[in-house]
Amino acid sequence: MDLNSYLLFVVMPILCFSLILTFIRFMRGPTTADRVIALDLIITTGVGIIALFSIIYNHPAFLDVAMILALIAFLGTIAFSYYLIQEQNKRKK
Amino acid sequence: MKSTIFKVAANYLLPLLLLFSVFVLLRGHYESGGGFVGGLIASIAFVLHFFAYGLESARSFFRFSTATLIPIGLSISLFSGILPMFAGKPFMTSLWFKKPVAIIGSVGTPLFFDIGVYLIVVGVTLTILFTISENVK
Repeated sequence: MDLNSYLLFVVMPILCFSLILTFIRFMRGPTTADRVIALDLIITTGVGIIALFSIIYNHPAFLDVAMILALIAFLGTIAFSYYLIQEQNKRKK
Repeated sequence: MKSTIFKVAANYLLPLLLLFSVFVLLRGHYESGGGFVGGLIASIAFVLHFFAYGLESARSFFRFSTATLIPIGLSISLFSGILPMFAGKPFMTSLWFKKPVAIIGSVGTPLFFDIGVYLIVVGVTLTILFTISENVK
């Protein structure tokens, strides 16, 4: 088994399966914090999939896409937590 | 936000992201990248700083209001479009210098157009986000 078929038939199904599991948590998640973390994990898995694609198809330009997506996911998670904290402060008042 | 880890991370990320945005800006035109993506990355850097240290600290990076970046960028883009007309070519023809500059690569009017777009995107994004966050309080 060479590297490409290993990535395509072993690593990719694992990533897709984890994506499905995370999506179930995203749908069911009892609190907003669960959903935010699940969303962050979905995007992180997506970054992994993009990196895998860039290895399989030998396109280094995809890695920049993965980097920017990871940055935006980080910023989105921070923005969500920022508003969660503000919501909590409002409730305390 | 009162998280020391996040503040330190934002401190290190700001110069790194600005450098990466300039790299993406300069790589543009023939490969993936360009003014728009570069501007978005630069504005993400400032938004991270804004989340960590608050609005006043993020505003203090700019001597004037962030909205003044928009006319500056527009005039740079217009200037790069008008420049070929002095050489007798149609509006917005791309002219390149023969010899590429060291590090930056080949310099021409599309580079100045992209720099204009970069400034416009930074100005627009930061103005929108700062205005929203002022009103949300």
